[in-house]
Amino acid sequence: MSERSERTNEHRMTLDTVKHATETPDTEQPWSELGLKQDEYERIRAILDRRPTGAELAMYSVMWSEHCSYKSSKIHLKQFDEKAPQNDAMLVGIGENAGVVDVGQGYAVTFKVESHNHPSYVEPYQGAATGVGGIVRDILAMGARPVAVMDPLRFGAADHPDTKRVLPGVVAGVGGYGNCLGLPNIGGEVVFDSCYQGNPLVNALCVGVMKHEDIHLAKASGPGNKVILYGARTGGDGIGGVSVLASETFSDTGPTKRPAVQVGDPFQEKLLIECTLEIFREDLVAGIQDLGGAGLSCATSELASAGSGGMRVELDTVPLRDATLSPEEILMSESQERMCAIVEPEKVARFLEICEKWDVIATVIGEVTDGERLEIFWHGEQIVDVPPRTVAHEGPVYERPYARPAWQDALQADDANALPRPVGRDELRASVLALVSSPNQASKAWITDQYDRFVQGNTVLAQPEDSGVVRIDPDTNLGVAVATDGNGRYAKLDPYTGAQLALAEAYRNVATTGAKPLAVSDCLNFGSPEDPAAMWQFAEACRGLADGCLVLGTPVTGGNVSLYNQTGDIAIHPTPVVAVLGVIDDVTRRTPMAFADEGHLLYLLGDTKVELGGSAWSQVAHGHLGGLPPAVDLEREKLLAEILISASRDGMVDAAHDLSDGGLIQAVTESCLRGGLGARLVVPEELDPFVFLFSESAGRAVVAVPRSEELRFTDMCGARGLPATRIGVVDGDSIEVQGQFTLPLAELREAHEGTIPALLA
Amino acid sequence: MTARIGVVTFPGTLDDRDTQRAVRLAGAEPVSLWHRDKDLQQVDAVVLPGGFSYGDYLRAGAISRFSPVMESVIAGAKDGLPVLGICNGFQVLTESHLLPGAMLRNNHLHFICRDQKLRVENAATVWTADYEAGQEISIPLKNIDGRYVADEHTLDELEAEGRVVFRYADWNPNGSLRDIAGITNAAGNVVGLMPHPEHAVEPLIGTGRTDGLGFFTSILRKLVNT
Repeated sequence: MSERSERTNEHRMTLDTVKHATETPDTEQPWSELGLKQDEYERIRAILDRRPTGAELAMYSVMWSEHCSYKSSKIHLKQFDEKAPQNDAMLVGIGENAGVVDVGQGYAVTFKVESHNHPSYVEPYQGAATGVGGIVRDILAMGARPVAVMDPLRFGAADHPDTKRVLPGVVAGVGGYGNCLGLPNIGGEVVFDSCYQGNPLVNALCVGVMKHEDIHLAKASGPGNKVILYGARTGGDGIGGVSVLASETFSDTGPTKRPAVQVGDPFQEKLLIECTLEIFREDLVAGIQDLGGAGLSCATSELASAGSGGMRVELDTVPLRDATLSPEEILMSESQERMCAIVEPEKVARFLEICEKWDVIATVIGEVTDGERLEIFWHGEQIVDVPPRTVAHEGPVYERPYARPAWQDALQADDANALPRPVGRDELRASVLALVSSPNQASKAWITDQYDRFVQGNTVLAQPEDSGVVRIDPDTNLGVAVATDGNGRYAKLDPYTGAQLALAEAYRNVATTGAKPLAVSDCLNFGSPEDPAAMWQFAEACRGLADGCLVLGTPVTGGNVSLYNQTGDIAIHPTPVVAVLGVIDDVTRRTPMAFADEGHLLYLLGDTKVELGGSAWSQVAHGHLGGLPPAVDLEREKLLAEILISASRDGMVDAAHDLSDGGLIQAVTESCLRGGLGARLVVPEELDPFVFLFSESAGRAVVAVPRSEELRFTDMCGARGLPATRIGVVDGDSIEVQGQFTLPLAELREAHEGTIPALLA
Repeated sequence: MTARIGVVTFPGTLDDRDTQRAVRLAGAEPVSLWHRDKDLQQVDAVVLPGGFSYGDYLRAGAISRFSPVMESVIAGAKDGLPVLGICNGFQVLTESHLLPGAMLRNNHLHFICRDQKLRVENAATVWTADYEAGQEISIPLKNIDGRYVADEHTLDELEAEGRVVFRYADWNPNGSLRDIAGITNAAGNVVGLMPHPEHAVEPLIGTGRTDGLGFFTSILRKLVNT
């Protein structure tokens, strides 16, 4: 007897069918091991009016996990909908695989940022790689060709030994997967802070482009339509990934969780992309969904739930990598590079033909029925009979208690503005060098040079530019810009303001390159929702982000929540990462960051106040985190964005760079090094030199204005009421702060570019 | 009249569409060739673009060389068909023994993506005629298996016959022997290089330089004039 048939018989003998479950109500079930709480298990029994079968229990447990059900976050996320600004550009909103935005000329753009934090700590390479793979399939499932990726990353202290384990693996995983897919990596962030030591954050963003008529949705309708599973075979990898990994905190004593991390095959995903796009071109699918967290459980229940409700699946037809998998394992497997399509019967043959062309395995595993139940069979015997909505969309909702932590007042009272500042010119000069060479402010080229930023031949701007810009139509030069930002230090000091600062910075970064900000996606990385302090941070950040999006007119189109980023009692800084998408009607007018023309005048836009709370300087010079983050003025951000876009459109500025962490001197250093030219700076009369150089007041940018445009530009700023202060000129091969110090570019370059390779190479 | 230049798509090829665009921008007509198809559709020249054909499984280029389309490309190349292999395409050419040597993992073991300066050593091939010998150009480099190696005898022979077409100019990014970035066969119709000319054909896009366009105008001029 072959192994396969032996196992099959064994399954049959122990197969927990619906009939068997009805007959054996008192069988003990491992609901607790699967991460369900007692009341959740009782609710499943009430829904089904019997005990669930093993397969049903598996499905509910993964779909009701924090990661899939958003049970702790849902009540707060509602605000993104309730407070959403009126925006005609929104074509598809929250709830689908990703939001879709109209960018004009018949094009629609879809984008989303997601987390793969926990797997990346356990197995950095595969965790990061499959994070990229998962978000790319989300974008693909909307009907779009993926055109770019970005990766906001957070690691522990740069000099910690474990960072040297995690970071190179994550970076190689992001590159290894994304490079093989042929997706340019055009931005993102790398931030070090000891709070991420045991909980690195690996967020991944993907942008896709399609024509309006190509938008596809994840729903199964039309009784008789076939359910086709295509892509990789299903294996034992990633079983319980969402319930085990993403929904629990790590502990030092638990068993190893390595087997729960999925393993990626980018080659298979590349074939899946091209195959799927060809299928879209021939209009062969009625509904489509990628298989990510919770695998087939998620895809079948979500498709059925969003459609007319009925679906019948023959689970034993699923092609397997490991013939010994049980039906429960098949339902929970998170094997990568799989998609599920709903196809009309007469289109099935052509669908399968295209899959064959691309060497992609495709199997009809079931069909849409006119009932309202999701029914799954194993060799003819029914093992699942559930209302799909109760699995996919009507999971538990928790109103977790939250409370402003007792330590928040003391933290805010520990004023960074009162810290000892550098005294005299030499100390000021040394402080600049210390800042630009610190791991967080240093050049990340050693990391980002491991990503392909050129593939597809449409990259207009990529990191370290303020936002990544890709052309989406070579004939009209229409393009999109995307930036991601998030500052956990600010959010720790005040999560409401911190979330708004992340939003404001991403919004500003998009406008700095000349694009008009349109929409937002967010990845909300927080500690345990069972900790009232972390839950308060989450609630405040959601409120701040929703309020901010309303003022800026940029709706949240979708995103992801990652909770339980906590080891023991130590949670990460609350880290809302915000992505803003913008449109630029002509990429040839994009504004780069490099100061590349001698004689151009430097203008500082916005107001500089004494705002050092959470600043890079306070971290580098004092290892300090306290006080209040910079104040947010979203109306001012809007005005600044309008000025930056107008200046780009009318050719008034040749370079622009946003001011954020590290303040003015960081921005000027980056722009000078990028362009290979120095600058002479004059400290404005009303400002202290230290505050001028290091303050992190929001709502600011520095621009390089050709002399011929100076009057026109300052008139525009004056007329619209935006403070614009002439602070110097692009000149020479050093940065000179008049009356203070001179720093040769060569010395700055060595300081700025040497740090990361020295720590990690 | 113009020339028809075939661009091969293997499963896992990434830069086929970029290469087609570069061919078009140079004024030639791109023709898409599919790996399973032996028919070269009477193209005048063939480009094997970059990517990870067949997932780079086994060895980069090792499986692609056995694909049906390569049977025709190899036969054509031996009869003088101009063939350009870029990055993974170069790897396919060495695996096919149309060019000598092999590519190993970069000496620093990382994928590297950068704007790379090259020196044109041989401007007499059909793919480099629009450059001048000694000219320096900058085009993107992006790979993890880019370290060119061959035995000493082969290297000496390449040097003696002027078959080193490009050398890394400012910095050797991967440990390639004798700084070799690209080579040609004895007949001069087959050229392979690791950096990507097709990514440097439009101002503003990529590095913002158009130093790579010369590959495509060279072959077009050659084909139209003969």
